[in-house]
Amino acid sequence: MAEINSKIPQGPLADKWKNYKDHQKLVNPANKRRLDIIVVGTGLAGASAAASLAEMGFNVLNFCIQDSPRRAHSIAAQGGINAAKNYQNDGDSVYRLFYDTIKGGDYRAREANVYRLAEVSNNIIDQCVAQGVPFAREYGGLLDNRSFGGAQVSRTFYARGQTGQQLLLGAYSALSRQIGKGKVKMYTRHEMLDVVLVDGRARGIITRNLITGKIERYAAHAVVVATGGYVNTFFLSTNAMASNGSAAWQCYKKGAYFANPCMVQIHPTCIPVKGDYQSKLTLMSESLRNDGRIWVPKKLEDAKALQAGTKKGKDIPEEDRDYYLERRYPAFGNLVPRDVASRAAKERCDAGYGVNNTGLAVFLDFSDAINRLGKEVVKQKYGNLFDMYEEITNDNPYETPMMIYPALHYSMGGLWVDYELQTSIPGLFAIGEANFSDHGANRLGASALMQGLADGYFVLPYTIQNYLSDQIQVPRFSTDLPEFVEAENAIKARIQKLMNIKGKETVDTIHRKLGHIMWEHIGMARDEKGLLEAINMLKDLKKEFWSNVYIPGSGDDQNVELEKALRLADFIEIGTLMAHDALNRAESCGGHFRTEHQTEEGEALRHDDKFMYVACWEYQGEDKDPVMLKEDLNYEFVVPQTRNYKK
Amino acid sequence: MDKDIKVTLKVWRQRGPKEKGQFETYQIDKINQSVSFLEMLDILNERLINEGKEPIVFDHDCREGICGMCSLYVNGHPHGPATGATTCQLYMRRFHDGETITIEPWRSAGFPVIRDLMVDRTAYDKIMQAGGFVSVNTGGVPDANAIPIPKKDADLAMDAAACIGCGACAAACKNGSAMLFVSAKVSQLALLPQGRVEAARRAKAMVAKMDELGFGNCTNTRACEMECPKNISVSNIARLNREFLKAKLKD
Repeated sequence: MAEINSKIPQGPLADKWKNYKDHQKLVNPANKRRLDIIVVGTGLAGASAAASLAEMGFNVLNFCIQDSPRRAHSIAAQGGINAAKNYQNDGDSVYRLFYDTIKGGDYRAREANVYRLAEVSNNIIDQCVAQGVPFAREYGGLLDNRSFGGAQVSRTFYARGQTGQQLLLGAYSALSRQIGKGKVKMYTRHEMLDVVLVDGRARGIITRNLITGKIERYAAHAVVVATGGYVNTFFLSTNAMASNGSAAWQCYKKGAYFANPCMVQIHPTCIPVKGDYQSKLTLMSESLRNDGRIWVPKKLEDAKALQAGTKKGKDIPEEDRDYYLERRYPAFGNLVPRDVASRAAKERCDAGYGVNNTGLAVFLDFSDAINRLGKEVVKQKYGNLFDMYEEITNDNPYETPMMIYPALHYSMGGLWVDYELQTSIPGLFAIGEANFSDHGANRLGASALMQGLADGYFVLPYTIQNYLSDQIQVPRFSTDLPEFVEAENAIKARIQKLMNIKGKETVDTIHRKLGHIMWEHIGMARDEKGLLEAINMLKDLKKEFWSNVYIPGSGDDQNVELEKALRLADFIEIGTLMAHDALNRAESCGGHFRTEHQTEEGEALRHDDKFMYVACWEYQGEDKDPVMLKEDLNYEFVVPQTRNYKK
Repeated sequence: MDKDIKVTLKVWRQRGPKEKGQFETYQIDKINQSVSFLEMLDILNERLINEGKEPIVFDHDCREGICGMCSLYVNGHPHGPATGATTCQLYMRRFHDGETITIEPWRSAGFPVIRDLMVDRTAYDKIMQAGGFVSVNTGGVPDANAIPIPKKDADLAMDAAACIGCGACAAACKNGSAMLFVSAKVSQLALLPQGRVEAARRAKAMVAKMDELGFGNCTNTRACEMECPKNISVSNIARLNREFLKAKLKD
């Protein structure tokens, strides 16, 4: 059995990253020019890495599936980015951010990684301000902060409700500067379809040009995957339509471990599903929970009236409202972490207290905030979100409470990486949401932006040099090597196979079926029976897909349906791996909730004695069950506790 | 209350950049007004695929109005009849029963059609590469609070920075001018002390690149501002003109 080496540096927690940097190998400027790095993805992690590596002198080849690097889905993050600046003098520190993050992740992340993340968080804010990111400011001219779910300090920096956009545009502008200088060669509308290994090391990728349909080969000394998460497996999620897990999945199939795939985040504040035709779910920023109060009726007859449409939220008198988060979690109230808030909403709706026609919605009410702060202040803080809500639902949230329900949002799981962000394939790195590293079983709000930029600006540009330092003698690779030819032929064969099926079902029809299986059996609450069933259903669905999908057009041309089909083929397999992982993890922690493992009060019940490890899955071949390897998590510095947001 | 309506679509279909395009007509007999405009196109595409035809190609991604990918010209307006919204934020309740809806790609010299409703907007990336940045490398920057910035300036910079680079401004302009896009970036960075340092160089470089790429001149019709899904103000164009003039005078 392969041994998992996470390469965590020795020494006290606070010194590990410094020690690493002090002793790692570097590449001198003349040699950097001789080394090529492929970065796949242009989100926060990908764009910041590509720009930083190019600034240092490496030659970077950067790929994205959108028409411009600025459109990566990081752009849609609304709320904010955490940093341990303690500008508000409310007792924040690097240690506290580390502690909140590792606790929020339900003690399933590595201490050393999370500490490093908290440490570099402050550099990120400095960097973004220097780039001209217009963060919100106080009248005195200094930066403003707000609080976010799962934290008792105000450490979140924000740019209105568009923080992700502004941070991404900052990274995009840095990237644009390097493209202009010729240090980054940018390939837009290119999708990575495979990673190419030469003598066991990652040396290139195969892409499909989405405009011409041409299969292309690219070689480099190292490959960095920054392709985001895989929650579109569920069909409906807050992710963009084209967000997919295929790049990471190809790495897995070539031997990279996939870690904790079952750990996905269900965000509590999304606009509820309204119909069968729906293409995606819209997130309402978590920052709304700072001032909004979440409730359902106390009386079942009121809930029935709301479901029938005979009553509206404002018709329910104050004394008949159940502010269930405030009731269950007095200390954190509406600001409990996402997993807790999501499960609590599901619990109420399952009990029959849902407030819309489907019974799958709860109220997020701003009437208190409007009374306390005035409509103008609420408008200033949340105006754009309220407008967005009204445009979608035709309801005015200033007058009637919003309706929300949890939706798939983020994947904590992903490609396994060591402390250097290198996967189990030498020369293949994974950063941002594409890796599993820092959020454990649950990610706190405003931490994804932090991790993406930490990886791209401040971690990978160092650690990748430790790998590249002994590659300086390696000449550039030819893409005529047999490994490249073979990989390209395999892709072409796969596309031909898909085009030849000529079945009866559209890609989206099958994807919706996948989404139903995922939501019912591998969603917010999971159990052994359901997971075993799901594995069988997914086997059948895979057969159905490979025998009955219909893709119009040609394989050698622009073909949106083919793009979707290639992604769906992988989503079905990702779903299956998630089920295996969820089945193996017979405990509840963070976003992973097994109904067999809960306390009497319905809270998640962890089993640290059995599951204090990262589950690293190794691919065994088509239709073979994957093998699980353990990376034990040794907590040296904090004592894992039961998360308690009640007091 | 949202109800079911019937609409007729006239959609621009064009195989490739050099091929001739034409309108095709599609009947949608029943669509609920709570459906988004792009979901309505999804439903039509499902129908076309089931009929063995090729679906309509259009750009879209986040479907929440922020990525800037969607780019449809609906009934003569970029992003359709709604103001301050992108195509993906448009819902069928903006249309009435029996209406004929015309859907075209961006029509602008700077944005050649790729297929059907999808256009090539790399020109905007090239303008950004010419100067839409602050020349700082990663690391070695001062503390984020080292330079206080008046809230008013930060807010104005944020107003300008809200641009999503969708191209509606150039598509709306009778001259095909990209001035609103360029001025938004120039303004954002010129308003902040971090970007002020190279404001002159930036304004000249971005304007020169815009001209080189075949975008037209601004004649102050303000169509761009009217159609901008993010309500970017033409006062940014005035600021760009001042920055540009100052830079030229210095030369």
